[in-house]
Amino acid sequence: MSREADSGIDVEALLRRAMAPIEPPERLGTRFQETLQTLTEMAADELESWELAAMGDPRNWVRPAVAVAVGGAATTGLALLRWRQISRQRRGVTGATPLDRAAEDAARAVRRGFDRVYRR
Amino acid sequence: MDKAELDERFSELYRAHLRDVYSFAYYRVGNHHDAEDLTEQTFLQAYRHFERALNESDGRPLRPWLIRIAHNLAANLFRDRSRRPQTSIDDDDTTTVLRASHTTEDLVEERDELRRILDAVEDLPDDRREALIMRFALDMDNREIARAMGRSDGATKVLIHRAIKQLEGIVATTPTRGKRS
Repeated sequence: MSREADSGIDVEALLRRAMAPIEPPERLGTRFQETLQTLTEMAADELESWELAAMGDPRNWVRPAVAVAVGGAATTGLALLRWRQISRQRRGVTGATPLDRAAEDAARAVRRGFDRVYRR
Repeated sequence: MDKAELDERFSELYRAHLRDVYSFAYYRVGNHHDAEDLTEQTFLQAYRHFERALNESDGRPLRPWLIRIAHNLAANLFRDRSRRPQTSIDDDDTTTVLRASHTTEDLVEERDELRRILDAVEDLPDDRREALIMRFALDMDNREIARAMGRSDGATKVLIHRAIKQLEGIVATTPTRGKRS
């Protein structure tokens, strides 16, 4: 498929060599996981500080709804943590890390938020 | 699909395509710092819409969808900054790529040639540059590129053809560093 231009340069072959895939730095996985964790915690805090009295006014309903949506990140936090759990199991290590517990706590907080809304 | 399965599918997506997204981001923005930001934001957006994407993909690969997210975010990044990439592709990386398979004598000439082609790619319009990144860095076929760019297969084929022709023109008129003096 590659062909040479009038200049005698095979541009496609050069492009293939010049644009080698780039390996992402290892820290990126950790960083992504931490960002998800932060989003999860922010959503959990939002729900924990939820004033039920304020929910009598429909104008206040948007904010918790946003928090619940963001709280979905807890799921991914758990999903990504599963990689760690698998690697720990391979090394014979057991028990939840603080990060595991924090993600699970956040997920529970999101569920509690839902429960409070629907019990009212 | 329950949440556990959704989690597992997203984890698979992340593992399978992290390098693709990062490579696209790196060649698009020209430095590792922005490439990391762009990659992270791409996967965060992907997570937000993952279930819907799975439902609508009808079994088709999700790589074009991921790259499309990165493509849109990159456009936003440059629009926000109102500028082109700050730096060209790092010289160090070009050296690293070459070092593995070339002798010392070849290295300078080869590096100069690759630098010239990467500089030329940066002179292309955004859509042509992105199409070339997808084709040559990610090894995507025309159909995948078309999906990633929201174009028809035919329009994508024409886009890539024109990009290569333009690149040939730029390279042909740009002297190598060693030949300038």
